[in-house]
Amino acid sequence: MTTFPIDKIRADFPILAEKIRNKPLVYLDSGASCQKPNAVIDSISHVYRHEYANIHRGVHTLSVRATDKFEAAREKVRGFINAASTKEIIFVRGATEAINLIAQTYGKANIKSGDEIVITAMEHHSNIVPWQMLCEQTGAVLKVAPMNTKGELIFDELSALLNDKTRLVAVAHMSNALGTINPVEKIIAAAHALNIPVMLDGAQAIPHIAVDMQALDCDFYVFSGHKLYGPSGIGVLYGKQALLEAMPPYQGGGDMIKTVSFEKSTYAGLPHKFEAGTPSIADVIGLGAAIDYLNEIGMANIAAYEAELLAYSTQQAKQIKGLRIIGEAEDKGAILSFVLDKIHPHDIGTMLDSLGIAIRAGHHCAMPVMDFYGVPATARASFAMYNTKAEIDVLMDGIKSLIEVFG
Amino acid sequence: MFEDLRELYQEVIFDHNRNPRNFRVMADANRKVEGFNPLCGDRLTLYLKMDGDKIADASFQGSGCAISTASVSLMTEIIKGKTETEADALFKIFHEMTTGKDEQINLEAVGKLAVLAGVREYPARVKCATLAWHTLDAALKNEQKSISTE
Repeated sequence: MTTFPIDKIRADFPILAEKIRNKPLVYLDSGASCQKPNAVIDSISHVYRHEYANIHRGVHTLSVRATDKFEAAREKVRGFINAASTKEIIFVRGATEAINLIAQTYGKANIKSGDEIVITAMEHHSNIVPWQMLCEQTGAVLKVAPMNTKGELIFDELSALLNDKTRLVAVAHMSNALGTINPVEKIIAAAHALNIPVMLDGAQAIPHIAVDMQALDCDFYVFSGHKLYGPSGIGVLYGKQALLEAMPPYQGGGDMIKTVSFEKSTYAGLPHKFEAGTPSIADVIGLGAAIDYLNEIGMANIAAYEAELLAYSTQQAKQIKGLRIIGEAEDKGAILSFVLDKIHPHDIGTMLDSLGIAIRAGHHCAMPVMDFYGVPATARASFAMYNTKAEIDVLMDGIKSLIEVFG
Repeated sequence: MFEDLRELYQEVIFDHNRNPRNFRVMADANRKVEGFNPLCGDRLTLYLKMDGDKIADASFQGSGCAISTASVSLMTEIIKGKTETEADALFKIFHEMTTGKDEQINLEAVGKLAVLAGVREYPARVKCATLAWHTLDAALKNEQKSISTE
């Protein structure tokens, strides 16, 4: 931990110097969205000041400049997740749009009445609802692999759900409500043994775990830029080239076509086939800047530092009487979800906010997870590389004090 | 430690949160409506016994945060014995008190409910306080459906 450049990192995030209700901000809601380093903020500003025009269109210099920067960002994303080709990197609005895209293109083309889609009991609503919509449209059936009380997927039960009717397994790499990291290698191996493709929802995992598409061999991987210290409104769909080639387009419009006439249009090749309309140009370039920033620090260093934060917060939380941790998987990312006896998470959220501490209180877009634990909501502290043990101490003191106040 | 929150979390609110009044199922209720705040998961079931246009009895069950629990608890106390018109008038003043811009609310008219006036400074918590009243509004209109704040 001594070698991790925490002071430099904190100085790189200007918002961390904000005062909230006259107290120093303690931002523990990165699971909802991460704060942005100067590198990202400045890169977006630089685009609009010096490099902005529409891409893939003009012959003029600025358009060429913007296009080069935009495509350079695609290459940065490819490198970051070690995809085989930039053709496999599709820019979308976020993980949610990516999953909807897969459901409405791959899903509609390949999933029919009576077919089955397998998800897990810990999915975010964005990896439940698009599949329910597809099931309503096609008559396919959604199967849910259960978890145990620690919040771990019961792998054997998932495995038992796979059969010759299963057309897709769609699983969170890391749970946003519990922090659980799923055994994705085992899941992919089991599904591939039956020729079933696997989609991983990487929205929570991507800022915490280094991923390698070629080593993982998953068929689709989706994530949002804003949880990776990048801008909001931009995300990535990774898909294996052969799958993406065979899929029909998602939205029609400019940039995704080769030729258009009133009789028939032909579509552009990858990745542009799935990128209709003017994209969020500056934000894509900003995401590239976030990746450069992360590469400089190193994902392995970040993972090691965050593991210490999680271990410390868990150990401290366990000493608080009346606090129950929700989600105690063996393999877990930097999320501490908890409830307090007789104190509603929204009261916890408001009370901690008055001390400058930002946590999430609610169902975390995972109502089935709340039902499983028999709670209406939880309080969730989610950690990022810019958090410190001192901030965890502030959180724990705050929790102890509010327990006293509620009596 | 929580000086800033004294306006929001007054002692009366803690008291009603710890010991909610009229917290029971009413077997002989003739109105029953469920209220739900999907944002925070607050759920309540409001029971009314109407005697003509008079609220003869009111009770509730459910779970929620301190603000919503205190709000519904205080509401069941204050509406007992009121006519529909009187309860509706209270609803309108309460709504204005918690969401309106007018500083000149007559807090005397709402009695004990004034302890909830602080929520107007906390937009994220206004719905916690108003859920009870929207549920009451539905019950008085004899709407048998569930009420949602969203």
